[in-house]
Amino acid sequence: MAPESVVLADRAALSPDAAPPLAVEGLSHAFGARRVLDEVSLTVGQGDFAVLLGPNGAGKTTLFALITRLYHSSKGAIRIFGYDIRRDPEAALRRMGVVFQQSTLDLDLTIEQNLFYHAALHGMRRSLAAARISEELARVGLDGRRRERVRQLSGGQRRRVELARALVHNPSLLLLDEPTVGLDMASRQFLLEHVRGLCLRQGLGVLWATHLIDEAGADARIVILHQGQVRAEGTHQEILARAQETSLKAAFDRLIADEFGKPGSQAP
Amino acid sequence: MTTLQYSLCLSGIVRREALRWLNQRGRFISALVRPLVWLAIFAAGFHFVLGVSIIPPYETYIPYEVYIAPGLLAMIQLFNGMQSSLSMVYDREMGSMKTLMISPFPRWFLLIAKLLAGVAVSVVQAYIFLAIAWFWDIEPPVSGYLAVLPALVLAGLMLGALGLVLSSFIRQLENFAGVMNFVIFPMFFTSSALYPLWRVAEASPAIYWLSEINPFTHATELIRFALYDRVNAVSAAIVAFYLIVFVVLAVWGYDPGRGLMARRAGAE
Repeated sequence: MAPESVVLADRAALSPDAAPPLAVEGLSHAFGARRVLDEVSLTVGQGDFAVLLGPNGAGKTTLFALITRLYHSSKGAIRIFGYDIRRDPEAALRRMGVVFQQSTLDLDLTIEQNLFYHAALHGMRRSLAAARISEELARVGLDGRRRERVRQLSGGQRRRVELARALVHNPSLLLLDEPTVGLDMASRQFLLEHVRGLCLRQGLGVLWATHLIDEAGADARIVILHQGQVRAEGTHQEILARAQETSLKAAFDRLIADEFGKPGSQAP
Repeated sequence: MTTLQYSLCLSGIVRREALRWLNQRGRFISALVRPLVWLAIFAAGFHFVLGVSIIPPYETYIPYEVYIAPGLLAMIQLFNGMQSSLSMVYDREMGSMKTLMISPFPRWFLLIAKLLAGVAVSVVQAYIFLAIAWFWDIEPPVSGYLAVLPALVLAGLMLGALGLVLSSFIRQLENFAGVMNFVIFPMFFTSSALYPLWRVAEASPAIYWLSEINPFTHATELIRFALYDRVNAVSAAIVAFYLIVFVVLAVWGYDPGRGLMARRAGAE
């Protein structure tokens, strides 16, 4: 199938009763004896801005590695628009855009060269790729700098390039692993607003991992991950109700602290 | 994915490798200077120490410079193979591996495309070296310049595949110094690159046998014979055999279900 028709087919598939952009079911993973994910289940629906909230070491990056098929889990299933990542990786990966925690840009190449490489990895024709690259770069305000080397860009600009790159092939699911780490307030704000806009306007499903609680706005779906387990999942209001707190910060602290209340465990 | 998309993907991967090579001025220059240092200094020093008797494919007595030139061609490819594969996994550059792995194309195809891209660059480098070596009186027959091309491609693929295997299996090779000490130097010195094996056999049968099973010996001999318009069928077969073994191991090592990628991540 040509990339043009892939895009159209994807948009057509986004009917309300279609499979959700991302469904994780009973996912467990261990490195040797160390259990990193324990029966994790979560869903990202069409147009959802889902914030995966968890402290460092909660298992967020492992979860991302499993969803992006860097390796397989020992147990459980991951489906992207109904396509199982193990059985139908091509269909699943084609619909997915990813921004990894650490930058994955080639510093010695220009912005444009980095994006063309990505487009080629998705089998896109050069003419189509050129049009999509211009479009996405314009949206992050970097179209005029496309021939500059990535090395010359600031951290915030590099992140914007990565976001543009993740969207070049028109994915319907966007995954971002701690995308705002190390960025200044303005860059953080820009990224957040841009990605939320994508959810609202294009119906993109987004999974945004972070340890910064204030990135989960009132409209976000929230998944709280701690020590490899989902402690809570729901809207902002549902999370507050569940923890019987009035602020998300307090609710988060309570939900991840439960463990410490058990006899024999360490006090916080 | 259609055949057209496969070829777009392959050409995108080759293009990126070429751009990286051209843009990293340091890598470009050191790749050329390294073999020239061996030729200009090492070979000049040993010119009077080592006499090389008449052995195939040579038909007369030859100066030492002429003897080591094919080994230096193979060395260019060895360095290149290690660099293009291992650079993907060095801490900060781990990213470029991820970029490649989340492409929807089958992983075996991505690895082979990556391999071909590395070979394309190493073949160009080899010819630049041959052009400069001409000034050191390394003047193979004109037809040899053409005949050496398939030998360079086969040897380059095999050495690149070895790099891929190492990058998937060995976590400890975190920097290039480790690769130099534990892979490049041992392979280079226990081969026919610097001295004919019959002389090694006189000195140490053990090292002689190590050299005989060393894939680098056969890469060197394949190139040496081709450069003088001869086919070394035994070396060609052995290089092809190692190529198949290394490709199978690399595809196996990068299979998401095998846990090697996971093991690497678990150790981070």
